[in-house]
Amino acid sequence: MEKHDIKLTINGKVYDVSVEPRRTLVDVIRDQCGQTGTHSGCEHGVCGACTVLLDGDPVRSCLMFGVQANGKEIRTVEGLAEGKNLHPLQQAFTDNHALQCGYCTPGFLMLAAGVLEKNPDISDEELVDALSSNLCRCTGYANIITAVKAAAEQMRAG
Amino acid sequence: MATAKKRILGRRLRRLEDPPLINGKGRFADDINFPHQLHMRILRSPYAHAELISVDKTEALKVPGVVDVWEYKDIADLGPIDFRADKSAEELKAFRQYCLAKDRVRYVGDPIAAVFAEDPYIAEDAVEFITINADPLPVISSADQEPGEFKPGLSSEAGLLTHSFGETERPFEDAYLVVEVDLRTGRHSGVPMETRGAIGVHNKASDVLELYGAAKIPHRNRDTLVRMLNRAPAKIHLHEGHTGGGFGIRGELYPEDVLVLLAAERLGRPVKWIEDRQEHMMAANQGRNQHHMAQMAFDKDGKILGMKDEFWHDQGAYVRTHGANVPNRTMCMLTGAYRVPSFRAKCHFRLTNKTPAATYRAPGRFESTFVRERMMDIAADRFGIDRIEIRRRNLIGADEMPFKISFDEPGLEALIFDSGDYLTLLDKALDHFQWEALETSLAKRRLNGELVGCGLGIFVEESGKGPVDGARISVDNNGDIEVLTGGASVGQGFETTMGQITAEALGADYNKITVIHGQTDRIPYGIGAHAARATVMTGSAVNITAQKVKEKALDVASEMLQMPADTLEIENSVVFVAENPSGPTVSLAEIAKRLAPGSRDLGGREPNLSAEGFHNTSESAFPYGVHFAVVKIDPDTGHVKVERFMVGYDVGCVVNQMLLEGQLVGGCVQGIGGALFEEFSYSEEGEPLAVTLADYLLPTMDCAPKVECMVTEDAPSPTNLLGLKGGGEGGINGVAAAIAGAIDNAIGKVGAVTQLPVTPQRMKQILYEIGLGE
Amino acid sequence: MKPASFNYHSPSTLEEAITLLARFAEDDGRILAGGQSLTPTMAFRLARPGHLIDINNIEDIKAVLVKKDKLVIGAGVRHAKFHEPVCDGPLGLLLSRVVENIAHLPIRLRGTFCGSLAHADPASEWCAVAATLDAKLIAKSTSGEREIEAQDFFETVMTTALKENEMLVEVHLPLLPTNTKFGFEEFSRRAGDFALTMALVVWEENGGKIKNARIGLGGVEDRPRRILAAEEILNNAVPSDEVFRKAAEIAADNVDPIEDHATPANYRRDLVKALTRRACEQASM
Ligand SMILES: Cc1cc2nc3c(=O)[nH]c(=O)nc-3n(C[C@H](O)[C@H](O)[C@H](O)COP(=O)(O)OP(=O)(O)OC[C@H]3O[C@@H](n4cnc5c(N)ncnc54)[C@H](O)[C@@H]3O)c2cc1C
Ligand code: FES
Ligand code: FES
Repeated sequence: MEKHDIKLTINGKVYDVSVEPRRTLVDVIRDQCGQTGTHSGCEHGVCGACTVLLDGDPVRSCLMFGVQANGKEIRTVEGLAEGKNLHPLQQAFTDNHALQCGYCTPGFLMLAAGVLEKNPDISDEELVDALSSNLCRCTGYANIITAVKAAAEQMRAG
Repeated sequence: MATAKKRILGRRLRRLEDPPLINGKGRFADDINFPHQLHMRILRSPYAHAELISVDKTEALKVPGVVDVWEYKDIADLGPIDFRADKSAEELKAFRQYCLAKDRVRYVGDPIAAVFAEDPYIAEDAVEFITINADPLPVISSADQEPGEFKPGLSSEAGLLTHSFGETERPFEDAYLVVEVDLRTGRHSGVPMETRGAIGVHNKASDVLELYGAAKIPHRNRDTLVRMLNRAPAKIHLHEGHTGGGFGIRGELYPEDVLVLLAAERLGRPVKWIEDRQEHMMAANQGRNQHHMAQMAFDKDGKILGMKDEFWHDQGAYVRTHGANVPNRTMCMLTGAYRVPSFRAKCHFRLTNKTPAATYRAPGRFESTFVRERMMDIAADRFGIDRIEIRRRNLIGADEMPFKISFDEPGLEALIFDSGDYLTLLDKALDHFQWEALETSLAKRRLNGELVGCGLGIFVEESGKGPVDGARISVDNNGDIEVLTGGASVGQGFETTMGQITAEALGADYNKITVIHGQTDRIPYGIGAHAARATVMTGSAVNITAQKVKEKALDVASEMLQMPADTLEIENSVVFVAENPSGPTVSLAEIAKRLAPGSRDLGGREPNLSAEGFHNTSESAFPYGVHFAVVKIDPDTGHVKVERFMVGYDVGCVVNQMLLEGQLVGGCVQGIGGALFEEFSYSEEGEPLAVTLADYLLPTMDCAPKVECMVTEDAPSPTNLLGLKGGGEGGINGVAAAIAGAIDNAIGKVGAVTQLPVTPQRMKQILYEIGLGE
Repeated sequence: MKPASFNYHSPSTLEEAITLLARFAEDDGRILAGGQSLTPTMAFRLARPGHLIDINNIEDIKAVLVKKDKLVIGAGVRHAKFHEPVCDGPLGLLLSRVVENIAHLPIRLRGTFCGSLAHADPASEWCAVAATLDAKLIAKSTSGEREIEAQDFFETVMTTALKENEMLVEVHLPLLPTNTKFGFEEFSRRAGDFALTMALVVWEENGGKIKNARIGLGGVEDRPRRILAAEEILNNAVPSDEVFRKAAEIAADNVDPIEDHATPANYRRDLVKALTRRACEQASM
C-alpha cells in the first residue's frame, strides 16, 4: 500500500513523516514522532487513554488514521507544561492525588484541557458527564473530579 | 510499635512518582524500544477445547518482514510455566500451561504459535496466514457441572481441597438456627488500563537475558525463569518500568514473557510484545468465579456454632503460577472477623475451558466476605435482631488478640490475627457515618415509595506475609539519597511510601530521595508487590535500614559538631543539636563527603554513608475494615445506583493518608465493578463474550459514588517496628457484601441477592420473583 | 488490533468522492466519515476495506440548512453540531436533547449524523430519530440520486438499503410545528454506552388533545421503527398518566425484542414499557 507523506504539527513542532494509511494516529504520534506520552489502552475507542487535542478538539487518536491528521495542529500531554511551569491541570492532578499508575493521566489531562478551554464556566454536572468519557482503573475518579474543578477555578482566575 | 512522634509519616505529601507521569515522560512497557527489535504476535486458539493436530506456518513465513514463526515443536525443550513456591504444587503440576499449546488447546486465547516480524502491523498480518488443523472436543463451561478430562485419564477436578477445625457435625445438630445459602460470584478481573507488555533483550557480550515490562514480583519471576531457562541468576535480569495498574494480575509470569526471552536469545535480536486489549481480555488472569453452598449454625443467642461450605472454584484452563492459592485463601479467610468454633470448607478445584484464573485484588476475600456476610444478614433477619447486633455478638474481642486459627489438615499454616479491635472500629464507623440516622432517613424514603437501602460488610484482610525483605540506602556527596529495594511498584505510590518512611526514620529531606524498585540486577533479593506486602515488608526493611544510616550519620556528626550523638537530631537532612536548633549544623551531604572512600576523616569506619538492612518475619499483619453501602434501585430498569459508600479501616500505622485513601477509594470502585457491572461471560461453547471494553463494563465516573473514608490506627501490628499493615485491599474486600445487603434492605427481602454481578437484568428478575416487577 | 492495509483517498469535492466510490466499490471501497465506528471495526479486523474514501476534507457537506419545511443535514455534519439547536423551533431542541445521549464528547466531535445512519446500529439515537420522524435519505452514486424513506432504509442490524456504490449525501428531517411536544428517554448501563432501549415520543397538541403522535423505539429490535399501534392510543387523547401507561403497554406488546446472552426479550419489553411511559410524561411537561 502506498505511503503518504504528511506533515503533523505536534505541540508546535512540525514532523514530516511518511505513513502507511492504516497506521492509527496514536501509533504515528508514538512510533513515528516519538511522542510516547499519549497512551493506548484499548485501540477501539472506549478508554480515552489516547485522547489528544486536534485543532483544539479532544479526540481519540486511536479512532483516526495518522494520514487524516495531515496539516493539523495536535497537542499532547508533552506540550501542557511551559518549561518548568506545570499547567494548572497538571499541578492540580499532583496536588489532589488524581493519579496512581498514571496510565490514564495523559488522556484525562488532554480531555480536561479541551473541555475547559471550550467551556471555562462548565457546571459540575456537565463536567462529570464530559469526564465520564475516559476510564481510570486506579483512582475511583473522585480525586480526578476534584483536581479538574480546582484547575478550572485556577484557570478562570487567570 | 508506632513511633512516638510522627513528623513525616501519615502526612499527605505529594507523590515522588508524579512528575514524569503528569508530563508524559513515563516509561511504560510500550515506551521501551531497542534498535533492531522484532515484534512478536501470538496466534491464539479460536477453539475452547480441541485436539491440536497440526500447525502450518508456510504461508506466514513468506510474508515480507516476517523473520520466524514458532509452534510448540520449535520450543519443545521448554517446559511449562512453573509455579512459584506453593505447597500444593506437586499434584497440580500436570495442569500447568506450556508457552505454546502442545497437543491440545483449552481456552479461546490459548497461545498456539508466535510470529516474529519487523513491525507489529506485519506480525498481525502474518498470523492470519497460519493455518491450524484441530479437532474440537467437548467443552467444560462451568466448574459445577460434571468434571471432564483435562487430558486422557486426568480429571478436570484438579483437587479436592479442605480446611477444617473443631467438631464439624455436632454444632449443626445442636443448632437453634441453621442458615443456608447458594451463592455465585461472577468472573471478573483487574483489567488494568495498560495491557501487558514484555521486551526481551539478549546481551551477547555478557550472555545476560533481560526482560523489560516486568512487574509485581520481578525477583520471584527471575527465580522461576532461572529454573525454566536453566540459567544462572546472574544471567537473567528483570526490569520494572512504570506499570499501568497491577491489581494482582500484572507481573505474574505468563507464556509471552518467556517467549520474548527465548526468542531474543535464539533470534539474536531484541523482541517486543505488546498485548492488545482483545488479547488481554482472553489471555490475562481472571478470577473470582466461584459457586458456594454454605451453612452457618447459631445457638439461641445468635452466637455462631459452626460454619460449613462446599464450593466450586472455576480455575479456567490451566493452573498458573499461584497453584491453588486462591481457593485456599478463600477457605482460610472465610470465618472473617468472627469467633467460629467449628469450621469445614471443601473446595472442588476444577479446570474449565476458559481463561485461566489467579489472584485479583483481595483474592478469595472478596468472595468469602460476600458468602459470610450474606449469612450474617440472613441470620439477623431470622432471629429478628439488628444486622449490627448479630455481628457484635460474634466479633472476636480485642482481649482475644493475638487470635489463632489452626486447621486440622496437616501442613496447613495457622492464621494468627496479630492485633485488632473489631468492635471499636465498628462503633467508630457507626458513629462517624451516623448509621442510625441513615437507617431512619432511608426508612422514611422507603415509605415514600423509593427502593433505597443500606448494607454492610465486616472483614479481616491479610498483609505483609513474610518471610523477608531487604533494602539498601545510600547518601551521596550531594546529599541525594537512594533507597534501593526489592519491592515493586504497580502504581500504588510505592516510591512515596518508601520515601516517607526513609524521611521519617533518617530525618532526611523527602525531596532528595529516589526510590529504586523492581531491578533484579541492583539488589539480589526482593519480595515484590503482591498480597499487600510492599508497605509492610519493604517498608519495614527500609525503616530498619534508614535507622542504621542515621546511626552512622550521627556518629560522624557527633565528631564534627563535638557533641554526643544522643544530643543530636536530624531533620530535612540537616543534623543539629536538639536543644539548640539554631546552633551549629552539619548536612548529610557533608557527612557523606567525610565518609567517602579515601577520605582522611574516615577513621576506622566503613566508607560511605550507606547501610543495608533486612526485615524478617514469619507472621502476617491483619488489617480489618467495615464497609457500608447505600443503594437506590430503579424498579423500571433494574438499575442499581450506589448513592454512598463508606469505608472504615484500621491500618495500624498510616504512612500517607492521601495515598491510603486513594487505595481505599480506588479499590472500592473496582469492587462496585465486580458487584454490579463487570463480568467475563462465556457461551455454553466456551466462547468469551466480553473481549472488548464495550462489553466488559468497567465503572466510569458517573457510576462511581463519593466514597467516604474513616481511617484508624487503633491496632498497630506487633509484627513490625512501625506497626504497619497493608492498605491495598481494604477498599474492595467488603463491597459486594455491603451492596448485596443494601439491595436486600431496599427491596425488603433479606437474602435476595445470590449472584454477582447484580446486573439490571438480574435485578429485574429478583424484583419479579418477589412480586415487585410489573 | 492493527487494521489491515488499505488505500487512502482524500477527495475535496462530493463529485470526486462519488466517482472514487464507484471505482472502488468492488474492492470494498468505503466512505470514511467520522471513523468512530469504522475504525474500531477495522481494528478488530471485522472490516477490511480495500479503499477508504475520506470525506472529512470536503467542505460543502458540513452544513445544516433549513430548506422550506425541512432540515437538510449534510454528510459531513458531526454529532457535536447539534449540542446547540441547529434551527429554531422544536426540532432543533429535540436534536439537542437527543445528542447528549450519544457516546462521549470526543466521539461526538468526530462522528457524523449520516455516518450513524449508514452504520445502522439498532441502538443508534440518530437512527431512532430518523425512523420516528420519517426522515428522507438522499443516496447518490455516479448513476444519479435517489430518495429513500427511513422505514425502507434500515433493513436489519448494520444493514441498510444503500448500495455499495452509493453515498448517503443528505438526510432531510421535517421541521416540527411550534405546538410540537417531545420526550426522549433511554437506558444504558454507563454514561455514553449504547442504550439497551430508547423511546422517542413526539406529538402536536391541539385544543388540549394529542395529534399526529409518533412513538419511535431504538435498541429493541434489529432496527428502529415507529410503533403505530401505540401511537393510536395517544392520538386524539387528552394527555394523562393513564393514556401514557396504556400506550406504553401497547408498545411493549408490539415489539419483538432482540436477545443476547445477558438480556432476555422480556427485559427489553419491560424497558419499552417504562421508557415509553417516561418519554410521554416528559413530552407532556
Ligand atoms: C465508545 C463509543 C461509544 C459510542 N456510543 C454511541 C451511542 O451511544 N450512540 C450512537 O449512536 N453511536 C455511538 N457510537 C458510534 C458513533 O456515534 C459513530 O460516530 C457513528 O455510529 C458512525 O458515524 P461516523 O461518522 O463515525 O461513521 P464511520 O465510522 O466513518 O462509518 C461507519 C460506517 O458507515 C459508512 N458511512 C459513513 N458515512 C457514510 C456516508 N455518508 N455514506 C455511505 N456510507 C457511509 C462507513 O463506510 C462505515 O461503514 C459510539 C462509538 C464509540 C467508539
Ligand atoms: S486507546 Fe483510544 S480510546 Fe482507548
Ligand atoms: S491512574 Fe491508573 S488508570 Fe488512572
